[in-house]
Amino acid sequence: MARYDRAITVFSPDGHLFQVEYALEAVRKGNAAVGVRGTDTIVLGVEKKSTVKLQDSRSVRKIVSLDDHIALACAGLKADARVLINRARIECQSHRLTVEDPVTVEYITRYIAGLQQKYTQSGGVRPFGLSTLIVGFDPYTGVPSLYQTDPSGTFSAWKANATGRNSNSMREFLEKNYKETSGQETIKLAIRALLEVVESGGKNIEVAVMTNEGLRQLDEAEIDAIVAEIEAEKAAAEAAKKAPAKET
Amino acid sequence: MECVFGMVGKGFALVVADSSAVNSILVHKSNEDKIMVLDSHKLMGASGEAGDRAQFTEYVQKNVALYQYRNGIPLTTKAAANFMRGELATALRKNPYMVNIVLAGYDRETGPSLYFIDYIATLHKVDKAAFGYGSYFALSMMDHHYHPNMTVDEALKLADQCIDEIRSRLVVAPQNFVIKIVDQDGAREHSWRRTTKD
Repeated sequence: MARYDRAITVFSPDGHLFQVEYALEAVRKGNAAVGVRGTDTIVLGVEKKSTVKLQDSRSVRKIVSLDDHIALACAGLKADARVLINRARIECQSHRLTVEDPVTVEYITRYIAGLQQKYTQSGGVRPFGLSTLIVGFDPYTGVPSLYQTDPSGTFSAWKANATGRNSNSMREFLEKNYKETSGQETIKLAIRALLEVVESGGKNIEVAVMTNEGLRQLDEAEIDAIVAEIEAEKAAAEAAKKAPAKET
Repeated sequence: MECVFGMVGKGFALVVADSSAVNSILVHKSNEDKIMVLDSHKLMGASGEAGDRAQFTEYVQKNVALYQYRNGIPLTTKAAANFMRGELATALRKNPYMVNIVLAGYDRETGPSLYFIDYIATLHKVDKAAFGYGSYFALSMMDHHYHPNMTVDEALKLADQCIDEIRSRLVVAPQNFVIKIVDQDGAREHSWRRTTKD
């Protein structure tokens, strides 16, 4: 196996692309990111590591706009993300220029995934070390979508998904608790999923909400308020569980 | 016989363009919008070769939008003007764009501004500008009646005087004109001056 994971992406005898798998490892070490699709809202949430005190947190935006109606969050190598996001932004405008129409979420996802795949089949390059969560509304039908891509270049649509650190726990939580929601409920569900693996508090989470009107980044105070609501609900649920047990 | 002109007033800038699309002796349409809204606070009135006009203005618009997504803030009017001039200059000695542009914009820090950009990549920051045969009449009228810090009504009155002069003195005068304005509230269509229905 050791001979098949050198700098270029080639198959190993048992059919693995080790570089791609190592890239997925890089993603698993990246910060947690979650996306939840509602009927009229799509929410992206990303973990913010609060270990850096001197850093100007405003310069580190983890959820970015690709176009008026499309946003992206990612987990993994942030420098690779910058390159991919730049290419995607150019493609969004290029599409508008050539066909006079904004991109659909599926189109731009396919483009980004295609780019990630190209780098698994070229000489002298390594794959992009990130998975992306892409959200947006279809410009014509107004249907909300959430897509995920990964370093191998595969992509698919999701009702809710998580990537990065502890994504399995978050996904399990979402599988158990997902239901069709809208508006504030969708935001709460996304934050609840993130809180499973992240320290509670507004300064550890970055949340952005995509609606028909566009992308809105929630500020710390708003997130703190929602977190407080969630904690209160959790406490109430705990109390309700304990009370009947005492009776019997 | 295309005509585009513009002027700066107190806290706003105005761009007026004719709306005829002509091919030799045939008028294809008389409601062609030649003033593109570049972004929330910029207007670009363009005249010249129709294909080049559409190609160049759309290209600039998409690049201005891309800058905004990449950097989180919009381009200033001055930066947009210089970008356009650069693109025109680069193409000049190979495959020139035959487009003349009047760029009007409003920036929060510097207020309204107007730029004259012609097809050989001349760039001037001006208070009043005009292109086309109509410019002979429009510039003369503006030289006589323009003064700094005009109100919107005064500027519209001057624009109407220019349009009347063009209509009465230019042999094949355009039938309809569109007026667009940009101020701190943004860039928008203001009104039309029609002699024929679309």
